[in-house]
Amino acid sequence: MKKEQLLDLYYQMVLIRRVEERGAELYQAGKIGGFMHLYIGQEAVSTGLIAAREPRDRVITAYRDHGVALNCGISSNEVMAELLGKATGMSKGKGGSMHMADTSKNMWGGHAIVGGHLPVASGLALGDQYAGNDNVTICMFGDGATNIGYFHEALNLAKTWGLRVLWVCENNQYGMGTAVERASAVTEIRQKAEGYGMKNGQADGMDVIKVYDAARDAIEYVRKEGQPYLLEVDTYRFRGHSMGDPERYRKAEEVKQWQENDPIGIFNKYLLDKKTATRKQLDEIEARVEEEVVKAVEFAEASPEPAMEDLFKDIYADN
Amino acid sequence: MAKITMREAISQALMEEMDRDPAVFILGEEVGVWGGTYAVTKGFYDKYGAARVKDTPIAENAIIGAAIGAAMVGQRPIAELMTINFAFSAMDYIVNQAAKLHYMFGGQFMLPMVIRAVGGGGRQLGATHSQTPDAIFAHFPGLKVVSPGTPEDAKGLLKSAIRSNDPILFIEHATMYQIRGEVPEGEYTIPIGKSKIQREGKDLTIVTYCKGLELSMKAADELAKEGIQAEIVDLRTLRPLDMEPVLESFKKTNRAIVVEEGWKSYGVGSEIVSRIYEEAFDYVDAPILRVAQKEVPLPYNRTLEQAALPQVPDIVAAAKEVLK
Ligand SMILES: Cc1ncc(C[n+]2csc(CCOP(=O)(O)OP(=O)(O)O)c2C)c(N)n1
Ligand SMILES: [Mg+2]
Repeated sequence: MKKEQLLDLYYQMVLIRRVEERGAELYQAGKIGGFMHLYIGQEAVSTGLIAAREPRDRVITAYRDHGVALNCGISSNEVMAELLGKATGMSKGKGGSMHMADTSKNMWGGHAIVGGHLPVASGLALGDQYAGNDNVTICMFGDGATNIGYFHEALNLAKTWGLRVLWVCENNQYGMGTAVERASAVTEIRQKAEGYGMKNGQADGMDVIKVYDAARDAIEYVRKEGQPYLLEVDTYRFRGHSMGDPERYRKAEEVKQWQENDPIGIFNKYLLDKKTATRKQLDEIEARVEEEVVKAVEFAEASPEPAMEDLFKDIYADN
Repeated sequence: MAKITMREAISQALMEEMDRDPAVFILGEEVGVWGGTYAVTKGFYDKYGAARVKDTPIAENAIIGAAIGAAMVGQRPIAELMTINFAFSAMDYIVNQAAKLHYMFGGQFMLPMVIRAVGGGGRQLGATHSQTPDAIFAHFPGLKVVSPGTPEDAKGLLKSAIRSNDPILFIEHATMYQIRGEVPEGEYTIPIGKSKIQREGKDLTIVTYCKGLELSMKAADELAKEGIQAEIVDLRTLRPLDMEPVLESFKKTNRAIVVEEGWKSYGVGSEIVSRIYEEAFDYVDAPILRVAQKEVPLPYNRTLEQAALPQVPDIVAAAKEVLK
């Protein structure tokens, strides 16, 4: 990767972190409602992954979607506005935290039914196969989502029909409060692809470069071979499952241990060690992010609420 | 009489029945170590252990399917769906299995199981997580559907549901766990399939249940200030539906509205209104109105969501309309 691209990845990761930190404050202040799932700790995954796609490749994910949205190029203004339920959000305030999509950025949504978007991902790839192009669909989901039937139906279909899907399991060790080994017959999720004769791999999700490399190779395979691939990425969420999680299911030391592996810290050190950037340059990026996030909050707060008549808009496409 | 919350009432019912009958056990997502997403089973895991408070994978078909199988061989599982919205992920098991097996095999085996599920809007959870689809489930013969509106009823009905030999969907409301109400001291049960007059009045009948009861009680207070006495009939069970108290009340007031949180079309109100027209047509003095959710998927934005949900002023207005 070129220096500019590496610095851009750093910018994206810090942006996700700061947007969510501000989001958490706004949630505590009652300005954001509903369920909000933070991506803090997992930033390297979607950042590395999406950096490896071409713009024509599609992305679809679960409800933990703020980072994915930002990585796909949705502005922090729009992310913040959607969190606040404003008309200027990408889903016009109707979706909220869990439902961010912008099809012009090839981001096909955050989806709140666990595993529900996996067969849909097969469908996105089916649409592309039918159209005769070789676009790749990148479908992200959690470890917990691999225990529901949707996962198995979607993988089987993708392999049987030769659909171009890169399945990415973000194994953050827990589905809500349930540790992987308490819910999954195999703890190495990638093994589930074996049963479908699907090629698979694993990457360290705390290291953005490793994620990028693994994703680039996997995407190339999927595009060239016209076959799906499952990539398991090991990671950890530093915060609760969603806002207000009492976190009785994991020990503080475990969280602390993973936090020492902060993906932003790791990448920061990498950039300095390789002399890709100076301390000053990285500080400047961080300052730029701070400023951007302040502006995003201002934008969101100043944005209008959706109009009352919008309640009945977009129920159907045909009127 | 002790005053407890809806959460405590449900929790007590579960605990009392688990203490009473070793065949009773709980399975569902986050019911154990977490203590239940709505803290209803807090402390259960420590008290009863992992064998009776089973944390499941995220697999709604397997949760309901396994409950059905265990019930068929004589256990009394209580399957918890984290929210009723995920019942759609298990629809085949609820509709094609739970509601059918006893009948289809000539009554050879029973399905003594309860599916607990929390539903309802008003928490900004967006379109897929805010539904009140109770009426859909009440459509299927073979399944019983209970949805209480007070702590007293919740406790007594849940205990009956656990002791029942039929599959019962027990629907709670996400915004009602904190409401408080009097509950009798000591052991009691309330029969499934009995509606109840929750407030007496002579001017009009409000037929409702669950969240609608909370709203209707407030609306009745408002109406009382203007000298209008509303009688409130709480269905408590949607199937089997007990029309007796509804008809009795209607024959007295000759005017009615139905209040529910779900969508109006093909809803609980549609059923109640038809039954009144079919069974008490001679007593009708005014068109019967329905107060329900606007016909939209619920939006995230708080103002829009509140506008889509039925509110106390909507009930007051409908009541005045039928009294015109
Ligand atoms: C079908 C369905 N069942 C249950 C839920 C409730 N739920 C939301 S997130 C979640 C845990 C998912 O864990 P995982 O897939 O590992 O993703 P993570 O949250 O760790 O990113 C659960 C049980 C849901 N949204 N959909
Ligand atoms: Mg997980």
